Amino acid sequence: MRFSFRWPSLFAALFLALSVSGCGYNTIPTQEEEAKAKWAEVEAQYQRRADLIPNLVATVQGYAKHEKDVLTAVTEARAHASQAKVDVSQLTDPEKLKQFQEAQAQLSGALGRLIAVSEAYPDLKANTNFLALQSQLEGTENRITVARRDYIQAAREFNTSLRTFPTILWAKTVFAGTKPLAEFNANAGAETAPTVKF
Amino acid sequence: MSLLPSWPSRLRGEKTMKARRTRSLALFVFLLVPALAFAALDFPALTGRVVDDAHILPPAARLDVETKSKELEEKSGIQLVVATVPSLQDTDIETFANGLFRFWKLGEAKVNNGVLFLIAPNEHKMRIEVGYGLEGTLTDALSKIIIATAVTPKFKTGDFGAGVERGVDGIIEVLSGDSAEWEKRIKVRAEHQEPGFDQIVPFIVFALFLFVFFSMLANARGGGRRIYRGGRGPIIYFPPSNDSWSGGSSWGGGSGSGGSRSGGSWGGDGGGGFSGGGGSSGGGGASGDW
Repeated sequence: MRFSFRWPSLFAALFLALSVSGCGYNTIPTQEEEAKAKWAEVEAQYQRRADLIPNLVATVQGYAKHEKDVLTAVTEARAHASQAKVDVSQLTDPEKLKQFQEAQAQLSGALGRLIAVSEAYPDLKANTNFLALQSQLEGTENRITVARRDYIQAAREFNTSLRTFPTILWAKTVFAGTKPLAEFNANAGAETAPTVKF
Repeated sequence: MSLLPSWPSRLRGEKTMKARRTRSLALFVFLLVPALAFAALDFPALTGRVVDDAHILPPAARLDVETKSKELEEKSGIQLVVATVPSLQDTDIETFANGLFRFWKLGEAKVNNGVLFLIAPNEHKMRIEVGYGLEGTLTDALSKIIIATAVTPKFKTGDFGAGVERGVDGIIEVLSGDSAEWEKRIKVRAEHQEPGFDQIVPFIVFALFLFVFFSMLANARGGGRRIYRGGRGPIIYFPPSNDSWSGGSSWGGGSGSGGSRSGGSWGGDGGGGFSGGGGSSGGGGASGDW
């Protein structure tokens, strides 16, 4: 008889504790959606960079027709990067993210070479269109950095929720199928420094 | 399972309390993580529209900038802050500016219309950090041009006051460049002053449900399943009218003044009430050095 009195109060206490501490049912879905939103932002900024490239290539081509290989490298890298997109449903796959990162790093490398090569053309450097594009590119690179940082943080919070108490209780029961989100690997496709060939 | 009955109930209550407290503390610390992301950097407090920690601005220039920034905010809700810092604490200006912008939460929360003009004289670096909402107007290219043409020449000669003033003038000019854009921004600000009553309505409805529920309970206890219409107390009638300010009787009046008060505090009052509006930045803007 004493047993049946204690069980309900124990469960009530546990339930209250969970809801009072706020690590309730809502945490996991909320954090997952937050991380997905941050990923969408990352992709948007990478896309923005990709959108700048045709204009950049056209401008440089006007002044530096001989730099064909650099220009083709950029155009090809851009095409490759636009194919390696990661859908939000694929965010749990580290391989996909690695491919995405590598494709984007390849594009960064090609862009770096293009900019380095443009240094040798003073007319190009003075061109206002080129200057505007360059500042837009710098701005976009910065936005990419910020967006990545936001995503990494959101993904980390979500992954931690899946593993720490008390949200792990919900993770193992109601959200048993949820996998942790892939994070950016610091080493995957590390950008190569632009080498200027003479 | 067999252990449970042997615990005295008082001790079990204490353990649950402690566990609850630890969990709450853990959550609290956990929630601090976003704030702690830039914990390594020591950001100055937002004391006003000009935060001159590096002490490079002459008082006349400072006053000029403060006045212009206040005017800008009153007209459009855009929060423009000029900050100078003695040291970037071993980080690059982009990271520092973004962190400081988010720390101060410049701009209105939903609109993200904040601008931060950061100057680090000892590292010879400056940056205009633009909030998400203004990236289309104050583009990276325009920020770069303002920095390169208006500010850098003055900074090179050491005239920080004039450089900052010209930079601020340039920023304000761009932000108010198109008068149609200007009009649009004023309208956005006015719409934001409404929320007082709209926020209260769910609570009113909830209170109404509670009231009905409890009165029904009271009736059920007293007279079985009969529901007295008369026992419900005063029926709260919300006239379906467009004029939402007057429709809610005392609640409407109270929240109406609350709404306009919060609109006024965004504008600040002579530096005494200035604080960030909850906005954020995504890294837009441009940097420069001299």
